[in-house]
Amino acid sequence: MRLPRLLNRWLLFTAAVFLIALLMENEYYLTLLNFIGIHTLLVVGLNLLMGYAGQISLGHAAFFGLGAYTSGILTVTYGLNPWLAMLAGMIISGVAAFLIGIPALKLRGYYLAMATLGFGVIVYIVFTEAQAWTGGPSGLAGIPALHLAGLSFDTPWKLYLLIWMVVILILILSASIVDSRIGRALRALHDSEAAAESLGVNTQRLKLLIFVWSALYASLAGSLFAHTMNFIAPSSFDIMFSIKLVTMVVVGGMASVWGSLLGAGVLTILPEVLVFFHDFEVVIFGGILMVVMIFLPRGLVRGLLDLKEFRRYKRQGGAFPV
Amino acid sequence: MAVNDISFGVPAGLVKAVIGPNGAGKTTLFNLITGFLAPQRGRILYREQEIQSLPAYAVASLGIARTFQLVQLFDHMTVLENVMVGRHRLSRAGLFSGGLRLPWARREEAAIRDKALEALEFVGLADRAAQPAAVLPLGLKRLLEIARSLASEPSLLLLDEPASGLDRVETERLGEMILTLRDRGITILLVEHDMSLTMEVADDIAVLNYGRLIAEGPPRAIQKHPEVIAAYLGTDWQG
Repeated sequence: MRLPRLLNRWLLFTAAVFLIALLMENEYYLTLLNFIGIHTLLVVGLNLLMGYAGQISLGHAAFFGLGAYTSGILTVTYGLNPWLAMLAGMIISGVAAFLIGIPALKLRGYYLAMATLGFGVIVYIVFTEAQAWTGGPSGLAGIPALHLAGLSFDTPWKLYLLIWMVVILILILSASIVDSRIGRALRALHDSEAAAESLGVNTQRLKLLIFVWSALYASLAGSLFAHTMNFIAPSSFDIMFSIKLVTMVVVGGMASVWGSLLGAGVLTILPEVLVFFHDFEVVIFGGILMVVMIFLPRGLVRGLLDLKEFRRYKRQGGAFPV
Repeated sequence: MAVNDISFGVPAGLVKAVIGPNGAGKTTLFNLITGFLAPQRGRILYREQEIQSLPAYAVASLGIARTFQLVQLFDHMTVLENVMVGRHRLSRAGLFSGGLRLPWARREEAAIRDKALEALEFVGLADRAAQPAAVLPLGLKRLLEIARSLASEPSLLLLDEPASGLDRVETERLGEMILTLRDRGITILLVEHDMSLTMEVADDIAVLNYGRLIAEGPPRAIQKHPEVIAAYLGTDWQG
């Protein structure tokens, strides 16, 4: 009973993605959807880290940027195959995350947030200053489109299909991880690190593993971003973007794979709708983050689900932690 | 210093109880054995292996399981999932194999589920499997914690005040459960305030006071030990 229902959900989602592809002709909307897809990849990874491992990364824009710049530089300057460049980006991001994670996760508390914040600032400066490689503040242009079996992903419509196929695969993979041995261990350490340790879970190693994993997602998203835009500049990878990603996780809901999609969707569309508020974007994002954290600390989707469950179990007696 | 110069053995296949007044260092002792605290000096041997410098997860992976005085459940997970985490040390699936549901990982997952249900049936919680752990009443939470440690197939099980918060009937069932586990070959180290339960299930008792071992022996001898009576049981204690 469990599996078919889960499968149905994915089939429905995939069908919806294809239906939009068939009906949508407006290139502006398709491009917006492509951004939502790319942001979803980032948010799912960050959600595994925040919602499940209970750690915060304030440097995910940097891994996103490492993916984008590795793809950009290797294809533009060295003419490497884009798929290989994508892989190279993921290796670089993964190694970087590993090196930051080892010392930061040895310490308890939010040292990872501090370390990644610093890392994000450094990487941003490198993107801006290493002009010989990155083109500096004026950016890196001429990034080629991705090709696969003679098909070139060079229009918003084709990119939509590519990006959302990747999103579907990553969402399925992530949901499947959450429901596996490693996912259970992650959720366990979020609730009680002591109990998880007492059952043989190496919590420090597990946090490192999921941090590196989320950096891989971010790097993949960055590479897709570079090949979608054909042009990248440091401003896409600043600290503000890292904070936006954290807000997306929080709005969508911690520990919720579907919530990631919602969070990325809402907060990608919002700035487009509120163009006239552009100068206040930071204030609006901050405000949303505050309100959600105060009233629904586990995020919008998760918080509402909790309220529902809470009511159900309250009727049966017993308390439910929120 | 919470505990000092304590030396005692836990014979395999028996129930050993550690008793003593509040603050005697019982929980500290548990934390030392299970790797949650590191001793400043001395050795802790488990099957001739020194374990005092191992981190908690490594101690657990040797087959030493524990419960906590203040119940530590995974509140946002179901009762079944809580117990499934207990199988962690005995299973292998990683991010890729588990996430991609490779055939062997699928089989492992099914085995984890079966073994977890078995442990839940043993403590009588199988009908609660799908509920979130947080909604259980305290007595059942303690049982769930025991089921979770049992799922890890320990050879040594440390129970930290398992009867606190249980009513008389539940305590009796707990006593029977402890004896069943011992008969299955699990060595049990028990910290407990409920004297009648302790005297009933323990084969051997160690008494701590102010972080020192003041007596050790079978329940009958302990009940008559003058120093124990003075320190803990009270002079009018008759058993």
